[in-house]
Amino acid sequence: MSNVIQTAVIAVLIENEAGALGRVVGLFSGRGYNIESLTVSVVDPSEKISRITIVTSGTPMVIAQIKAQLARIIPVHGVTDLTASGPYVAREMALVKVISTGDARTEGMRIADAFRARIVDTTAGSFVFEMTGAPEKIDAFVDLMRPLGLAEVSRTGVAAIARGLETFHSNQESF
Amino acid sequence: MNSAVSQEFRNTDALNGAEVLLRVLVEQGVEVIFGYPGGAVLPIYDALFRQGTIRHILVRHEQAAVHAAEAYARSTGKVGVVLVTSGPGATNAVTGLVDALMDSIPVVCISGQVPTALIGNDAFQEADTTGITRPATKHNYLVKHGADLAPIVREAFEVARGGRPGPVLIDLPKDVSVARAPLPEPGNGRLHRLYSPRLDADREAIRQTVAAMKRAKRPLFYTGGGIINSGPEASQALRELARRTNFPVTSTLMGLGAFPTTDRQFLGMLGMHGTYEANLATHGCDLLIALGSRFDDRVTGRVDAFSPNSFKVHADIDPSQINKIVRVDVALQGDVGRTIRALLAAWDDDGQDLGEWWAQIDAWRALDSLGFQQDMKPDAIIRPQYAVRRLYEMALGTGRDTYVSTEVGQHQMWAAQHFQFDKPNRWLTSGGLGTMGYGLPAAVGAQVAHPDALVIDIAGEASTLMNIQELGTIAQYRLPVKLFILNNRYMGMVRQWQELLHGSRYSQSYSEALPDFVRLAEAFHGTGMRATCVGELDDVIARMLAHDGPVVADICVAQDENCYPMIPSGAPHNEMLLGPDAEANAAKVTQEGMALV
Ligand SMILES: Cc1cc2nc3c(=O)[nH]c(=O)nc-3n(C[C@H](O)[C@H](O)[C@H](O)COP(=O)(O)OP(=O)(O)OC[C@H]3O[C@@H](n4cnc5c(N)ncnc54)[C@H](O)[C@@H]3O)c2cc1C
Ligand SMILES: Cc1ncc(C[n+]2csc(CCOP(=O)(O)OP(=O)(O)O)c2C)c(N)n1
Ligand SMILES: [Mg+2]
Repeated sequence: MSNVIQTAVIAVLIENEAGALGRVVGLFSGRGYNIESLTVSVVDPSEKISRITIVTSGTPMVIAQIKAQLARIIPVHGVTDLTASGPYVAREMALVKVISTGDARTEGMRIADAFRARIVDTTAGSFVFEMTGAPEKIDAFVDLMRPLGLAEVSRTGVAAIARGLETFHSNQESF
Repeated sequence: MNSAVSQEFRNTDALNGAEVLLRVLVEQGVEVIFGYPGGAVLPIYDALFRQGTIRHILVRHEQAAVHAAEAYARSTGKVGVVLVTSGPGATNAVTGLVDALMDSIPVVCISGQVPTALIGNDAFQEADTTGITRPATKHNYLVKHGADLAPIVREAFEVARGGRPGPVLIDLPKDVSVARAPLPEPGNGRLHRLYSPRLDADREAIRQTVAAMKRAKRPLFYTGGGIINSGPEASQALRELARRTNFPVTSTLMGLGAFPTTDRQFLGMLGMHGTYEANLATHGCDLLIALGSRFDDRVTGRVDAFSPNSFKVHADIDPSQINKIVRVDVALQGDVGRTIRALLAAWDDDGQDLGEWWAQIDAWRALDSLGFQQDMKPDAIIRPQYAVRRLYEMALGTGRDTYVSTEVGQHQMWAAQHFQFDKPNRWLTSGGLGTMGYGLPAAVGAQVAHPDALVIDIAGEASTLMNIQELGTIAQYRLPVKLFILNNRYMGMVRQWQELLHGSRYSQSYSEALPDFVRLAEAFHGTGMRATCVGELDDVIARMLAHDGPVVADICVAQDENCYPMIPSGAPHNEMLLGPDAEANAAKVTQEGMALV
């Protein structure tokens, strides 16, 4: 195993109960693990199970620790490491507010178009763009908007899922 | 459940939450609760008053309740149970919970909470107990509905004792204790799909381990508290495996007693205050088999220099412990007792000749790294190591089953080095958290569990003051606990570090204004004794052991004694300090080492 820091996208299925998310977040802060992003939402029709997607980074030893520690949390049903188990899709949604007029405004619209960002709100002096994509694509978009009157960004964090026939259950880590 | 019990608890209609709680505790085999009352748990105390099955031990501080429950658990293999009130009762228990978490001790702590309708309103004696104890427990619960109570309590016991054991807290709002609650049959109303830890190690991993054992010329078993957790059969299996393989055995602080410390194959404890032979064997072995031990920093010293040339095998039930600190070559995930039995089954008694390895070990052993100088003139000052040795020899002479607890500090290390343990579950110490004040309440818990045994707290004068109020509990229940204080009038362990690392600037480590422990014992209805010189020591120990009530023995020992051997923080095992002559070596401690604890 190497000492190279790598990024991992980890999915966790957890009981939808009071304090469950706190246990996950507390694990990361208490043990000094990195959280680059964390998203959570209920995913089953009975509203009993939530799926958490965590983007984290560390050496392979630390990533292995993170997964083993997550699996120890009592309400956790399962853990998969999307980065380790094959190709996956990772998407994030961002709302980006740009306040500008004149050339900057036109340039902003042009770039938004190239990035396939949608305009979800507009006034004479402002736009709110909605864009979905890989986090790097959103980073690039936001960077380009910076000189064009970027005023505010709201991002959801990454949601991710395996490609093809693989599912959470087929990729689940066993401990 | 015995029939008297089921008689008493036959009628299950019209039970309130408190009664449901107690019935489930009885169903779980609980005989003793360590606790302290208060407003939020009055309904539970009322239900306790009206039953005759569970014994309640009233401690004098909630922290002590948890330590007592820990020792009860460690010395019996059962789950220890604690009952405390909301707010300050719960916050006082936190240190004990973290202690149990660090040392893998199964404890269920029930805390009262303000009524559900008041939660979040800064109500009187409200604390966010589940928030505070989340990182202090293996799991915790807030019972919001009476219907959840019985399933939660049942699950709490399963979580506490299952896999790697640990503390579980149940926060019980007062309205839930008061209101009627159902008592479903066990198995109904399950809450979580508890992950069942893997108990049997992978067969291929067993095969690889046995192959490594056959090849090894310098093997070593590094055993730990997990063997105690696994149960007495695991200790038995370890003895057999050691005998069959002729491999040397070392142990962590937490594992002492799993293998007889008086056995020829035992090298003593390893780590910061371990023996020369144990540490050099760890450094020089070609095969290191960790059995229920977790590569703690007190054990590894500098990690990149830890056992540098060995093939490493790690047997542990908790996958999060494997490859946490030290990368291993083979992981034996499972219950260590079963793992040892699997190794025994696969071992063909065809290992290498270990003659050279044992000759090397015996040469290290000949150095006698635990040696000390005791002037035997009657008025000579008592060396603390000598006091522990005499205590051991004389306790052994009584032929009684003996349980030893400790506080934290030099005395703890001297107890680990000089008292001998031939059976598991007899050694009760705070290893992971290192909680001063653990020992006296732990002695309470052990004595409650084993009323006829000899129970001794080997203490330091500073630590013992942290839970000295438990002399009241000891008096109330007439527990014949022996508090054996190695009184050096210093926070000796702190003083030692200040001497070695901070230019002998003894900042705040002198035990100023100590009480007269003899009179203190008397104030708590016990017997006090004091030994001030070698000539008095045996007599005090003999009288202490012969007395059938509680005794506080104030053993005035050398003030300036340091605990050796010692691996300074940040140093590798082969750079240990062996004694005072080596103190000049302390200059070797690196800047990074200074920053370590
Ligand atoms: C002042 C002071 C000085 C100290 N100096 C030393 C020292 O010199 N040497 C030393 O060794 N310690 C020392 N300690 C103690 C040290 O801090 C650790 O507590 C100790 O080393 C940990 O012991 P352990 O590795 O046996 O693990 P434990 O804390 O006992 O943990 C048990 C391990 O076994 C596993 N386990 C549990 N149940 C099972 C099962 N059924 N099957 C398989 N595995 C299981 C657990 O997952 C865990 O990994 C000192 C403490 C203090 C306070
Ligand atoms: C609750 C707590 N506070 C502080 C410490 C730090 N500490 C470790 S050992 C020690 C001194 C212990 O003194 P004493 O009980 O007299 O034992 P000695 O080392 O003298 O044998 C201290 C303060 C601790 N371990 N626990
Ligand atoms: Mg002292």
